[in-house]
Amino acid sequence: MTAEIDAAFTDLPLRRLADAALTRARALGAEHADLRVERIRDQSMSLRDARLDGTSDREDVGLAVRVVHDGTWGFASDVALTPEAAVRIAERAVEVAKVSRPLSTERVVLADEPAHGDVTYVSAYEVDPFTVPDGDKVSVLADWSATLLAHDVVAHAEAGAHMVMENKFYADLAGTTTTQQRVRVNVQLEAVGVDKESGRFDTMRTLAPPVGRGWEHVTGSADSAWDWATELDELPGHLADKLRAPSVESGTYDLVIDPSNLFLTIHESIGHATELDRALGYEANYAGTSFATFDQLGSLAYGSPVMNVTGDRTTQHGLASIGYDDEGVAGQQWDIVKEGVLVGYQLDRAMARLKDLGRSNGCAFADSPGHVPMQRMANVSLQPAEGGPSTEELISRVDNGIYIVGDKSWSIDMQRYNFQFTGQRFFRIENGRLAGQLRDVAYQATTTDFWGSLEAVGGPQTFVLGGAFNCGKGQPGQVAAVSHGCPSTLFRGVRILNTQAEAGR
Amino acid sequence: MSTVQTEVKAQEVVERALALSETDGCVVIAQETSDANLRWAANTLTTNGVMRGRQLTVIATVGGAEGTATGVVGRSNVGLDDVEALVRSAEKAARESRSAEDAKPLVEPGDVPVSGVGWDDAPAETSIGVFSSMAPALGEVFVRARAEGRELFGFAEHQMSTLYLGTSTGVRVRHAQPTGRIEVTGKTSDWSRSSWVGQGTRDFSDVDVTQVDAELARRLGWAARRVDLEAGRYETLLPPSAVADLLVYLYWTAVAREADDGRTVFSRPGGGTRVGERLADAPLRIWSDPQAPGLECDPVVFATSSAASQSVFDNGMPIGETDWLADGELKALIQTRHSADMTGLAFTPGVDNLLMSSGDASRGLDDMVAGTERGLLLTCLWYVREVEPQNLLLTGLTRDGVYLVEGGEVVAEVNNFRFNESPVDLLGRLAEVGLHERTLAREFGDYFTRTSMPAWRVADFNMSSVSQAS
Repeated sequence: MTAEIDAAFTDLPLRRLADAALTRARALGAEHADLRVERIRDQSMSLRDARLDGTSDREDVGLAVRVVHDGTWGFASDVALTPEAAVRIAERAVEVAKVSRPLSTERVVLADEPAHGDVTYVSAYEVDPFTVPDGDKVSVLADWSATLLAHDVVAHAEAGAHMVMENKFYADLAGTTTTQQRVRVNVQLEAVGVDKESGRFDTMRTLAPPVGRGWEHVTGSADSAWDWATELDELPGHLADKLRAPSVESGTYDLVIDPSNLFLTIHESIGHATELDRALGYEANYAGTSFATFDQLGSLAYGSPVMNVTGDRTTQHGLASIGYDDEGVAGQQWDIVKEGVLVGYQLDRAMARLKDLGRSNGCAFADSPGHVPMQRMANVSLQPAEGGPSTEELISRVDNGIYIVGDKSWSIDMQRYNFQFTGQRFFRIENGRLAGQLRDVAYQATTTDFWGSLEAVGGPQTFVLGGAFNCGKGQPGQVAAVSHGCPSTLFRGVRILNTQAEAGR
Repeated sequence: MSTVQTEVKAQEVVERALALSETDGCVVIAQETSDANLRWAANTLTTNGVMRGRQLTVIATVGGAEGTATGVVGRSNVGLDDVEALVRSAEKAARESRSAEDAKPLVEPGDVPVSGVGWDDAPAETSIGVFSSMAPALGEVFVRARAEGRELFGFAEHQMSTLYLGTSTGVRVRHAQPTGRIEVTGKTSDWSRSSWVGQGTRDFSDVDVTQVDAELARRLGWAARRVDLEAGRYETLLPPSAVADLLVYLYWTAVAREADDGRTVFSRPGGGTRVGERLADAPLRIWSDPQAPGLECDPVVFATSSAASQSVFDNGMPIGETDWLADGELKALIQTRHSADMTGLAFTPGVDNLLMSSGDASRGLDDMVAGTERGLLLTCLWYVREVEPQNLLLTGLTRDGVYLVEGGEVVAEVNNFRFNESPVDLLGRLAEVGLHERTLAREFGDYFTRTSMPAWRVADFNMSSVSQAS
């Protein structure tokens, strides 16, 4: 079912604002000009021990004009939505470009993109979460929290829901006008176990990923909702097992990594490392650069031959999926790593032109009307093997290893070499079988060593689309949501740390 | 959502919302922001912008048999004609909601000495003109850097945020907050060596980009010789920026409610919090003060949502100088009035600045380097994340310059490392603490710019593995 774009957004004087701003920018000599009007609805609610802890319900509306004037970017935004204001903001954007001209040594030219006319896009969802009464949403979370709290092992339960509806209107001098709407939902619960005497505590969180869906993710039918009943039923048992699990012995282990953990490793060690703006140094003062330098495009051995990674802005329910990006480029899918070799980057129009890469693959995104678009992450996904093994088959190939499920702590260096991750739960693998949980586990590796040790990827039946709402990048900081799909995977010989030993003196 | 009202005054919108309120209580917060920024890479400008924003948050409270419920709704660019719809939706949300655990009576004007002061003043604004003297100097610096084989990457940002808080009990508080910072990374033209300088500022009058570039050149010069070291425990000098990142994380974790739940490093086994416990033998002090010179920040609580660390009911409560750690002893955790009652401790709300000092401090970082036989000198930390909440084990990377100090002098650059350390544990084993100075946390400085920190000497800092990043 495809929803209509919310009338409260389409009722704004979008095309009059575009005419006013673009006409003024053209008259002032801009080579390129685009106008964005955005409305972002954002609601979150959190519960602590089944009681409401906090809620937030925001709506941000505004417009932005971006110009290329005399080969230099200029950007201005404001909250006033009148044609007069749009003219003023266009003038301000040109003024910013002029102030910036003496600081600019590289002329900005944009890669060609066909004009798409006047087009619309609405993401695939069934139930607009903003039409569900707040009381109903809180009740679901409270009931689920109570389910967890009914178990002796659960000392505390936290529950949170975060919902976003994003409307974007874009128009440029070249003749593309887009009106778009996306919806996304993230619901998580976490159980806390505390041993009062020793003060030892631990947590276990649900694995349900954030998704580009509506409230049907929570209460919909079996083919659109997460299997909450099963997950909530099993969570207290997992927590109890973790609290009494032995501490891991640090060393080298074979790992079977579940998609619920690996998506984040993909995000950090592949997603960010293959952003061309990082490779070119635009993020050098903040997020960092990349070991995957541009001169290695087509030759860098990123990982083993079973490693195939794609970028896309088209996957259904993907958090980075959209019809057209914030430069009017239509959504696409492309290869990033093919049989273990780096073959592609994520691009925007200026970088595609700068590096003679042809058309942009559509990764420009701004998180709000007040921020300038920059290259942000597509859905970057590790492809499964056709007819490939199940998770159980992968586990059966390991004599001495660990099966890692769920993401938790993450950290990676500014060139995306050295990383360290933990997880929700870690199962000892002995002679091809799971043998109970372990505690205090972290895995640490260098990106190309790690992906080089990838022996096998599971079949499509193990593939899960994970993701995150909170990817940060840029100055001023911007937040984006992105999905990463992957199958279960088998890595050989990865360094495992004991986190208690790391903290010792 | 209306289209025409940037001219309407924020105070009028606040008063209109309060006048329209039909429930037991109402809190209204209007925020007006203006921002200007410049960003550059490889000695050329990359992006820029000037932005204006306005946000109105209405918090309605409704009393009932089981307690008080709240409804919180925020919208950008609300005009006088839109206020009623916003108030009604907050009231509707409150009526549909369950009772709020953190419910307390709204603050009274008599409790708020600054109530009414400057209320009628217009919002403070900034513009791209804030960089009018820095931008030409930066252009000259780019030319010099290029000529000398350096590439500069950086960001300068200035924001003016003005908050107008009104409550149905009569509190009126206006607070204008300037926030600014400049950060510059300098690299050799082959990107094999890297350094960084960052500075927080209120108005850019104290920013000298020529001096910033000279410091980067000095540090890149230190890196002319390179020594590769293995992972291990090293005597390490952490400069104020690195200390700021570790302590800001510690501060964000120092929430009374979470500690009382038994789930943080500040939880006492058997129940309750560790307030009153000695964390360090040294005479260490960690504190916040809204009036700290150069670090001035919000004098009252502004909370647009409730959480473990803040409560919408506390809006307007004055914030004073607060010792979190004094003479090595944990004195306070971040509180709401509700959590203060729960824990039986004083109400010590979160403050938007953080300082640390030691009663033993006698010298700054340069003198500490001069007094070092053999050790590592860091520039800053990056990607600091919690590994284990139980002991607040953090992991992260050294970034943009690790230097080997021998015989009191920097003699070479060393590779980067991943570290695993707990700031709480480190407090108990600091070999030396320097004089504190204003600094900018490299990682968390974009959210938390107002810090004054000393350098630390740690005898055995845990460098867990080598990072190839440069």
